[in-house]
Amino acid sequence: MKIGVLALQGDFAKHQEMLEKLGVEAPEVRLPAELKDLDGLVLPGGESTTFSKLMKETGIWDALRFFANSHPIFGTCAGLIVLANELVNQQVETLRLLDAVVQRNAYGRQRESFVGPVSLALDGDESTFSGVFIRAPKIVRVGSGVQVLGRHGDEPVLVRDGNILAATFHPELTDDTRIHAYFARMVDEARQSRGPAAEEDAPLKDAEGEIRSQRSAQQG
Amino acid sequence: MWNTSEDYKVKVGLAEMLKGGVIMDVTTPEQAKIAEDAGAVAVMALERIPADIRAHGGIARMSDPKVIRAIQEAVSIPVMAKCRIGHFAEAQVLEALGVDFIDESEVLTPADEEHHIDKWKFKVPFVCGCRDLGEALRRVAEGAAMIRTKGEAGTGNIVEAVRHMRSVQAAIRRITTLGDDELVAEAKKLGAPVELVRYVKENGKLPVPNFAAGGVATPADASLMMQLGAESIFVGSGIFKSENPAARARAIVLATTHYMDFDLVARVSEGLGEAMPGLDIKEIPEEQRMAVRGW
Repeated sequence: MKIGVLALQGDFAKHQEMLEKLGVEAPEVRLPAELKDLDGLVLPGGESTTFSKLMKETGIWDALRFFANSHPIFGTCAGLIVLANELVNQQVETLRLLDAVVQRNAYGRQRESFVGPVSLALDGDESTFSGVFIRAPKIVRVGSGVQVLGRHGDEPVLVRDGNILAATFHPELTDDTRIHAYFARMVDEARQSRGPAAEEDAPLKDAEGEIRSQRSAQQG
Repeated sequence: MWNTSEDYKVKVGLAEMLKGGVIMDVTTPEQAKIAEDAGAVAVMALERIPADIRAHGGIARMSDPKVIRAIQEAVSIPVMAKCRIGHFAEAQVLEALGVDFIDESEVLTPADEEHHIDKWKFKVPFVCGCRDLGEALRRVAEGAAMIRTKGEAGTGNIVEAVRHMRSVQAAIRRITTLGDDELVAEAKKLGAPVELVRYVKENGKLPVPNFAAGGVATPADASLMMQLGAESIFVGSGIFKSENPAARARAIVLATTHYMDFDLVARVSEGLGEAMPGLDIKEIPEEQRMAVRGW
């Protein structure tokens, strides 16, 4: 199994360490072509404004929308923000793959960053996770199809919308691999239900072709 | 991690989030917007950028809180600010303002010629400059959550940043080859705590992110520093002292992300207009060099 980590900016190396601990190959991804052969993708923590711009610059923005049709994506913090359908009072453009309304920097500035308990409910098992919240966003509202898998107090902080998993905190900054292991199981299930790889690459190739032609049109 | 406290995890955590990005010096809300729009991961709010501090002379102090507040209101990305070396009261003011990261900086005139700030006492993380590994580890021992090269700020000349980054990386490589029985003597030589020297031996890197600063003026400068082992780039005077700040800012951001894609670095370097006028380090009198401040 191969789970790429978007490496345009942010704490991508921490996600790679987590996945490698689980025995999953975790290559860095910067360009659309690098999505090929991946079974899933992680959008790390970092700055969402920077992500949004860099994803557009490289063309990976459009390629990711095709990828998300049949491949799981896990976003943490800034990664969650760029996945969201809607942001409160913000002009950052998002991928609109997660049926939720999200507020950036919702706890305040860095001095309000904290480590706090998250109550997890993964596959029916209830447990506690040490959540590292850094200039973290809040999930203000979720759609009816979204499962809440983790809460800090009453607030949803880990959610799943079909193939999309998203956390407002940073499991990658701990030594606890449970959430990454859960994502790896999602990726494995999606891979099995997709069946043979051949038909999978078709839409991606189309996406790349489209980007190439857009680019050459711009240059011309 | 060599320190497992929650406070420290949250401080180093923010430094982790800034990796692979560009942090830009700005003096007005308008410049801060240009930086954010170009894809900066954070801005450094200043009254004067280093090139102007150098030209202005006199005592350089913490910026007017009004300037910092205006910049905080203009952007949603983290806002950093500088205090003088050892001036913990300036740092307390910056913390009260809600600054996201404090740079205890040699660009300002030092307030204490013996001691740096005890950074463990603060909730806000600190970044500090260094010229070599001993200096880097002393700052980490004082609680710094991020280290950067000092370079020679305000010169547009990358030579000192290269010297400092190479010095740190070479020392790290050497320490990984030492035996356990050589670590105490090495710690004595470096003037750094032995537990940090042991961390470097076991992990082959600093315990906190290591960024480049001081003299970055072009996309190729950013790629050079990333290839030498920097994890992010600070650009001081290089952007807003150049002919076309918005285009240069965007180009440096792209060159930092794709620092090994030389076609891309070539493409974004095209037609950026004049870079900031540079300064040869040899032309700067010893007493006006900023990198030698700090101990």
